Amino acid sequence: MFAAARCVVLRDLLLAARRPGDVATALLFFVIVASLFPLGIGAEPNLLRAIAPGVIWVAALLSSMLSLGRLFAADYDDGTLEQMLLGAAPLGVVAAAKALAHWLIAGLPLVAIAPVIALQYDLAAELWGVLALSLLLGTPVLSLLGAVGAALTLGLRGGGVLLSLLVLPLYVPVLIMGAGAVEMASAGLGGGGQLLLLGAMLLVAAAFAPWAISAALRISLE
Amino acid sequence: MHPGRWRRASFCNNCDVLEASDLECERGGRTLFRSLSLFLEPGESLRIAGANGSGKTSLLRILCGLAAPSVGAVRWRGSPIAALKEDYARQLVYLGHSSAVKGDLTAAENLSIACTLAGLHVPKSELRAALERFGLPLQETPVRRLSQGQRRRAALARLCVSATLPLWLLDEPFSALDAAGIDLLRTLVVEHLARGGMAAFTTHQDPGIAATHVVDLG
Repeated sequence: MFAAARCVVLRDLLLAARRPGDVATALLFFVIVASLFPLGIGAEPNLLRAIAPGVIWVAALLSSMLSLGRLFAADYDDGTLEQMLLGAAPLGVVAAAKALAHWLIAGLPLVAIAPVIALQYDLAAELWGVLALSLLLGTPVLSLLGAVGAALTLGLRGGGVLLSLLVLPLYVPVLIMGAGAVEMASAGLGGGGQLLLLGAMLLVAAAFAPWAISAALRISLE
Repeated sequence: MHPGRWRRASFCNNCDVLEASDLECERGGRTLFRSLSLFLEPGESLRIAGANGSGKTSLLRILCGLAAPSVGAVRWRGSPIAALKEDYARQLVYLGHSSAVKGDLTAAENLSIACTLAGLHVPKSELRAALERFGLPLQETPVRRLSQGQRRRAALARLCVSATLPLWLLDEPFSALDAAGIDLLRTLVVEHLARGGMAAFTTHQDPGIAATHVVDLG
């Protein structure tokens, strides 16, 4: 069972390594969207500091969604998804592995680069850690919830737009808690509460999303 | 199809028996087939024939559990496959219409991943032998640079390492293959049947394998 999960994660990482452009696109999208705001709003440090958490989180959210469409679509087109359904491991395990691989490819790089973006917004150095931690806890939730949406819209015409309409509302609590943690910390109140709530969301999503994904995949492939 | 055989099946709960009773399949509001029953024992093969759009692939997908029939049930060793789930999946190899190989990976990587997902532990030497038998390049050539026929061979190479799986379900396995490829595949299927395996395949041409049962969907 764990051999299959490891195999799926390594396979997706290997595929991403063979096409580094796809990974770079999501990361560059994040950097560019987050960099557009200071250019549009103007370099007023107090304003930038105030909007930084929200803007960085919205950019992360959009960037994570950018690669969701391909999460199952490529495997669906070439028939490898059918083979996963007929695999020896329960489909939920494979679904969790796919979501984990998506996070490693599309989520983790955002966590790593977030402090650089924070610098652009003149965010105090002690807030970088809170920002990175909130992304570290929040982006896996985005991958897990997004994978449910990607599985549901698999094979539909215009699935990409439908996917955003379906998934973005589900992202709202993560956005509020993620940006809220940084805002609270910058106000000197400590973002611990929000981070704990993000952690709780992650645990709930990790426990239930894989089964929702596998149920959705079975429906989409029938 | 063989009324006498149903009784025999009930005595034999532990041997490999695939039976489908009274299957009906509906696609897009059209009934493709109804009251279809079939029975497959070790060493037997089933050929599913029929015109394009007659439901050959749908029947095969129902038999492997990817799709559910609108009426009827498929049983493996007497238990419905819907209840067996992975336990049934571990007994079969299904090669669908699409090759199920990743264009960015090499044939060897594809084969090794497919084996791990199927729960097979195949040593590297055996994987190599399987690829060599199908005349596939062993070097680092991604499958997308291979021809359509070679891609098909990369998918079929799985059969060489699937001897332990009793049930082979093959969807149009002979398409895109050259004469040598067709011969090799035929040999593999005949070998599999000889060691007590079962095979079901769809084809609209004569495969040159004397099938025990033929289902003609019209």
